[in-house]
Amino acid sequence: MPIEDLEKAFQNKIDNEIKIEPRDWMPEAYRKTNTRQISQHAHSEVVGMLPESNWISRAPSLKRKAILIAKVQDEGGHGLYLYAAAETLGTGREQMIDDLNSGKAKYSSIFNYPTLTWADMGAVGWLVDGAAILNQVMLCRTSYGPYARAMVRICKEESFHQRQGFESLLVLSKGTDEQKAMCQDAINRWWWPSLMMFGPKDSESTNSDQSMKWKIKRKTNDELRQNFVDMIAEQIKLLGMKLPDPDLKWNEEKKHYDYGEINWEEFWSVVKGNGPCNRQRLDARNKAHNEGAWVREAAIAYAEKKKNKQTAA
Amino acid sequence: MNTYFIKKFLYGDIPEVTAGASDVKNTAAPATESKDTWPLWEVFIRSKQGLDHKHAGSLHAADATMAIENARDVYTRRQEGVSLWVVESKYIHASNPDDAESFYTPAEDKVYRHPTFYDLPDEVKHM
Repeated sequence: MPIEDLEKAFQNKIDNEIKIEPRDWMPEAYRKTNTRQISQHAHSEVVGMLPESNWISRAPSLKRKAILIAKVQDEGGHGLYLYAAAETLGTGREQMIDDLNSGKAKYSSIFNYPTLTWADMGAVGWLVDGAAILNQVMLCRTSYGPYARAMVRICKEESFHQRQGFESLLVLSKGTDEQKAMCQDAINRWWWPSLMMFGPKDSESTNSDQSMKWKIKRKTNDELRQNFVDMIAEQIKLLGMKLPDPDLKWNEEKKHYDYGEINWEEFWSVVKGNGPCNRQRLDARNKAHNEGAWVREAAIAYAEKKKNKQTAA
Repeated sequence: MNTYFIKKFLYGDIPEVTAGASDVKNTAAPATESKDTWPLWEVFIRSKQGLDHKHAGSLHAADATMAIENARDVYTRRQEGVSLWVVESKYIHASNPDDAESFYTPAEDKVYRHPTFYDLPDEVKHM
């Protein structure tokens, strides 16, 4: 079949909501876009473990410690689901991890911000995971089958992350004056970076059009961002806290919240590697990878040895 | 409220003193899909007694024991299963999606294989 016909048949499937599966024909650019997006998503889960695992030993109670461990473990699992989904497109996991460690591949910029107080754990759960969930719920219906299935699994687990974050802030918001101040401070620092998680404005996003046509994405960056603002602007009332945006206001006409301008200069600067913690995150990843090398080798050697023993017997 | 002193833990999760990591060099060994790579396994889960094992996803592991343990850790953290199968992916044979049309068409025009094909009088009731 000539390539034009294949492409037409492919787009036809997408238009008719038929999922694309690993061994189906697909345009190279579709394969590449999905590989990039899914592996970046996987990297984000893995790097996302760093700021949180850092607080496990400092969690204020055994309950919070158990919750945090479970959450970090989930993120590791999510990374695995996503690497596995990306691998079905033909790129090996080793290659993807190598691209992360070398700084060639990107991960969500949000994890290049530091977590300075315990309240940050709550803010990360509520705001960062909250923003991630909006994106992930949309991706449950993405056109590439393995990605969609991984997202369904992830979404089921992720909602606990956001709820525990909000609940943790709720406790602080009813605590001592110092705890209240800590809660507000964390929200102040995480609000704008969370808004940036949805990516550049639609008018400046280069990948958006094609991704929408291929139904990799089903909502634009700005649509998702607006959903997020509307959701959080209501929820924060329950905390009795304030979002650090003087322009935030309900727009009766649009039935949405208006919000202030994002600092795009900061956004691009962090994407390009100049955030507060970019280097630290990559160093931590490389350290873990290198120091774990002997474990990977030993496991292979042990499996070999066992296999040889079996064949000899 | 902002007169309160917030204790910020700057150890552990420290922002860069000199921001910027674009110069970070990869210290890891170059990626190779060599014999040192753990093989890929497909994971099947029985969610409860009486149901089939269903494909859940895949993972890498050095051997079957490790594959089952890893599958337990990543696919059944919330009691999703009571039994696990793992199969090394290379042993799975699949039908070819390109042939799907001709491969599955023979079933298409055999409506008489379905019970609804047969018109029976209402008096028959349940059949």
